Amino acid sequence: MSAGTAKLNVTVAEVKPINDLVTRFKFVRTGGGGLPTFSGGAHTVVEMQDGDITRLNAYSLMSNPADRGAYTISVRRDDQGRGGSKFMHSKVKEGMEMVISNPVNLFSLDLRAKKHLMLAGGIGITPFMAQMHQLAMMGGRFELHYSVRTASLGTYAKELTERYPGKVHVYHDDQKEAIDLPALLANQPLGTHVYVCGPKGMINWVHGTASEMGWPREAVHSEEFLAPASGKPFEVKCAVSNKVVQVGEHQSLLEALEAAGIDAPYLCRGGACGQCETNVIGYDGKFLHHDHWLTDEQKAGGKHIMPCVSRFEGKTLVLDR
Amino acid sequence: MSKTEFPPSIKSRPVYGELEARPGGGHLMIADAEGAEAILDLAKTVDKDFWAKAHIIYIPKKTGTKYSSQLEALGAGQYYCGPSYEAAQSRIRRALQDCHMGTQVYLTGTESLMGQAMYEATSAGIPHTAIQTEHRGSTARRMQCVHCKGITEDVTTDPFECSHCGLSLFVRDHYSRRIAAFQGVRVDAEDPGNIPEKVELFK
Repeated sequence: MSAGTAKLNVTVAEVKPINDLVTRFKFVRTGGGGLPTFSGGAHTVVEMQDGDITRLNAYSLMSNPADRGAYTISVRRDDQGRGGSKFMHSKVKEGMEMVISNPVNLFSLDLRAKKHLMLAGGIGITPFMAQMHQLAMMGGRFELHYSVRTASLGTYAKELTERYPGKVHVYHDDQKEAIDLPALLANQPLGTHVYVCGPKGMINWVHGTASEMGWPREAVHSEEFLAPASGKPFEVKCAVSNKVVQVGEHQSLLEALEAAGIDAPYLCRGGACGQCETNVIGYDGKFLHHDHWLTDEQKAGGKHIMPCVSRFEGKTLVLDR
Repeated sequence: MSKTEFPPSIKSRPVYGELEARPGGGHLMIADAEGAEAILDLAKTVDKDFWAKAHIIYIPKKTGTKYSSQLEALGAGQYYCGPSYEAAQSRIRRALQDCHMGTQVYLTGTESLMGQAMYEATSAGIPHTAIQTEHRGSTARRMQCVHCKGITEDVTTDPFECSHCGLSLFVRDHYSRRIAAFQGVRVDAEDPGNIPEKVELFK
């Protein structure tokens, strides 16, 4: 399919369980050779052949961006999810050949910043690992505040504390430890940029607190990939390709378009990048917008939809695809 | 009124807004001449607590003491009144060095003042889109000669003579944030000696 970025054929070089929830995967280029360099914060979309279903999930690259020998990702198992992370945990073995996308970065460091303040929650640590590699190489100034549920689920907390002494601060939920965000933000020197990756609540908390404290919008960065929501099946008419497509209960609109052979662009598949924005030609029903790309006005306007995460309920939906 | 409506121009030409009090850990206000009016207008919308966290740096230029006593009376945590931008520059730099993220920066007065203070604030790490500006007073321009690179302040006519190399320069709307100046280009480069009559464009 031509819809995403260029594809890379890779071989799984290592599968390593890190704790009860997280497993780490290492990919090398099939047949040898180097992989493209990337910048800290980039993700890759991993294609999973799960029987008849092709699953495509975006995962942050956590390895050293300058290391062209291998890419590393960490996958948190989500038993309530749609099956992508479970596939990674149960079916992917060392030596297996897979297809991943070229790296795309929707969460890059702002290199004009004089200091980088990173806030991670749970598996949200992974993009920061590549960014910290990058900053350590450049001699950049950074500090990480990492919130984890328990010490045993503190993915990479120990190794990061050892690798970057004095720069990594870990907070354990089970010990009632919490990031004192107002105090942390109040004392940052001018030119600091703050980055947050974690659950939605944490991201909103950081954006809201920073804004109340007078931080410029441009100095606050976040990344959250959404899993496509399940919902009632619906039918879509595609005006350009003249096809009628059924979207299943656990299938996203984007996946349904792809399954029907319709060329639909994407980069993140998580409601963040805007690449899959599609014009709505006509509809009779209501949109279930789940993305964080369209503005509230656009969402209410009924002229656009993000097929990667958003759904529709109603009689007819006609798209410009 | 000392407010000016600037006609639409090319993209690099700065546009200015209207100052409004925003939440923040501190308020750094830098103004010259009639810029004081914008701060006095803003003062009508805030309560006394606002000024405890404020630092006003004011350069009266030709307005003398017309506004300075009113500004001083606002009761800002710090108030400085200086004879020129150059004299105030080290104070501006130091103020920016000492403040934290969340400090709001308000610039008002002439384009020269706003442009130069904007350069200091962005160099200190504040995104330029987060800095508030409001134009008040003279529309005279700070111009850079593209030939000798010399800067001439308070240019009011087009063309004007470069105060460094003496060439007659056409006043362009091309603006550089790095040097906080508009660009002046030799007006008779193609036809030496053919210099159009001066028009007073700015006051």
